[in-house]
Amino acid sequence: MKEIILIKLGEIVLKGLNRKSFEDTLIKSIKRRLSGVGRFDIRYAQSTIRVEPLDDDTDMDEAVECVSRIFGIAAFARACVTDKDIGSIKTAAAEYLRDTLEGVNTFKVEAKRSDKSFAMQSPEICREVGGFLHDTYPHLTVDVHEPDVTVTVEIRDFGAYIRAGLIRGAGGIPVGTGGKACVLISGGIDSPVASYMMAKRGLELTAVHFASPPYTSELAEQKVVQLLERVARYSGRIKMFTVPFTEIQNEIRDKCIEDYFTIIMRRFMMEIAEIIAGQNDCQALITGESLGQVASQTIGAIACTDSACNMPVFRPLIGMDKEEIITVSRKIDTFDISIQPYEDCCTVFTPKHPKTKPALNKVLEEQNKLDCRRLVEDAVKNVRVTMIY
Amino acid sequence: MKEIYLDNSATTQVCREAAEKVVSIMTETYGNPSSLHTKGYEARMELEAARKTVAQVLSALPEEIYFTSGGTESNNTALIGAAEALKRRGNRIVTTAVEHSSVIEAAQQLQKRGFEVVFLPVEPNGSVSPESLQQTITKDTILVSMMAVNNETGAFQPIEAVSRLIARAGAPALFHVDAVQAFGKIPVKPKKIGADLVSISSHKIHGPKGAGALYIRKGARILPLHYGGEQEKKLRPGTEALPALCGMAEAVRVLPDMQQENALMRGIHQHLRARLAGIDNVHINSGDDGLPYIINFSVCGIRSETMLHFLAERGIYVSSGSACSKGKKSYVLRAMGLSDSLIDSAVRVSFSRFSTKEDADSLADSILLANNTLARTR
Repeated sequence: MKEIILIKLGEIVLKGLNRKSFEDTLIKSIKRRLSGVGRFDIRYAQSTIRVEPLDDDTDMDEAVECVSRIFGIAAFARACVTDKDIGSIKTAAAEYLRDTLEGVNTFKVEAKRSDKSFAMQSPEICREVGGFLHDTYPHLTVDVHEPDVTVTVEIRDFGAYIRAGLIRGAGGIPVGTGGKACVLISGGIDSPVASYMMAKRGLELTAVHFASPPYTSELAEQKVVQLLERVARYSGRIKMFTVPFTEIQNEIRDKCIEDYFTIIMRRFMMEIAEIIAGQNDCQALITGESLGQVASQTIGAIACTDSACNMPVFRPLIGMDKEEIITVSRKIDTFDISIQPYEDCCTVFTPKHPKTKPALNKVLEEQNKLDCRRLVEDAVKNVRVTMIY
Repeated sequence: MKEIYLDNSATTQVCREAAEKVVSIMTETYGNPSSLHTKGYEARMELEAARKTVAQVLSALPEEIYFTSGGTESNNTALIGAAEALKRRGNRIVTTAVEHSSVIEAAQQLQKRGFEVVFLPVEPNGSVSPESLQQTITKDTILVSMMAVNNETGAFQPIEAVSRLIARAGAPALFHVDAVQAFGKIPVKPKKIGADLVSISSHKIHGPKGAGALYIRKGARILPLHYGGEQEKKLRPGTEALPALCGMAEAVRVLPDMQQENALMRGIHQHLRARLAGIDNVHINSGDDGLPYIINFSVCGIRSETMLHFLAERGIYVSSGSACSKGKKSYVLRAMGLSDSLIDSAVRVSFSRFSTKEDADSLADSILLANNTLARTR
């Protein structure tokens, strides 16, 4: 018996004339993401994508895992394919759904006949299949209102599909349809969540990480790689740039008033990220800032950091509570990595009394004590690149 | 760049003799010690020879040595096994606030099971005072667990006093000594100490990881944590990790003379101490009467993790006395009453017989450099 995955599209179906390009991007990303799992035939017809394994020993559990993390998919289901013949449909349904049906008490059957050349009409198909399942599994009773399981029979172009229920997909819109943006990632809880949320809105990701050896270690950078690997399960591959940041931090510490340390540091980060973003065709920056979470994320501090760059800065977490952010980070499996205790570039030089209401002119006055252009150029010149899959 | 490994309390380099032994057991004497054929018999002979070697250095009987997977398992077996075996005779367990986490957390587990556990505080030098011990060991005490040497500071505990205090209180208590850091560095003789249970580990004395032992005095009874086999007299069932165990015995066999080595270590220790004392901002946390192999100090204002990476860049490997600003602070240093700023900047250096005075000098030079160049926390 052949098992396939049926994929129902999400928001894409609301698109107008550019719908086709959204669909194409989605199919391309399904193809790319499944290429690591095995060989598949992927076809699209009647708002449904059909993923069929070409080899018998394909790991369908892994394929389903993979599909569940692709944005642009509203729902999906595992289904079995059979000939468009009521006899085959009945026996296939009984056999394929054995485990499911033996574990429940009530069921109903739904039929969708999009191939109108099929001889029976939908209600007839339901009666036939329902009757047969009831005979095969006598413990079952029919409940059309709140069944434990809904068996769906779809008669389509390429065959008849039998499935039990639909699984909710990752939602969102396909990665790549929204363009490309660059995320500033530290290793904490917030930035991976921000990355995930923006990928969900169709953005392809590039990442910038700031490393300050010896204040931060290889372990801290490795942690960021692990985080991005988790994010990449949703967003697809990510190009990560590691920026050497020790000199800039030392310079700020030595020459600027302590209270402005964090603000000036963040302005440098934005400026450097914007340059790297520009060089990599990104049209926006992404940060994990949440209003008021720490001193550098007050409205005044954000105004100061924001003015360091011209690109739009997406801050998807801006209105979220820490608890809400943690819920998402647990969902995407980054929380346990984020809480590993290593120093990161944000913790080491933290001033005792950071400015919560910095005045931009004062910040600029402090920052201008430094040879900003050279510092930024040096940092950008010495970035290291890692590809994350 | 020359590698200077000064983190020997975390683990040690396996000595050549032990490594060769491990390979020969894996490739030649690979039988299951429980098998009845020749291959099994040869393996059994190796296992018993290893047991004898370990017993000898502890001045114990071979049948008092139970092999385990290491210090953590030995400590868990000792605490939980003894408490469960003696629970009808009393309810109190006495230990200290500075034990290794495999003792502290096993004790906390026993607390959840209803035992009354006392974690004795320590003096500023890191040791428990004999007076507080005397007050705490009561008639209904069933177990006293104390480390011989503290892993973070090298401080000795007054273990010789314990067995007398147990006797004086008329308590049914067993006395467990966690000798993981002491074993191979100072004489550990359970009979002389009056210990009923003693934990030791292989990888702290240039043996392979995954091997250790629990000494159980003949006549002392504890319950097993695992079930399902006759091995180690049913106390620790499961096929013996023969390569690692024989490697441990080999490491024990080639241990140098302790007195000589101690004198050597004291020399390096005093030298480093003197050099560090000459550096501004350095505060030495270890008392000068502890185990010379370990020295714990803080470089005020420089976080442990930063210092650790700075030294690693120069090929010098030490341990942060405490996790970083985001992690947990060292409970040992806290129990000694150290301030947060000292705890956050603590570094632990631990020597081995392969360490030299030059290593200590390189370390001191780098600390001096770090002290002059690294950014300080504010």
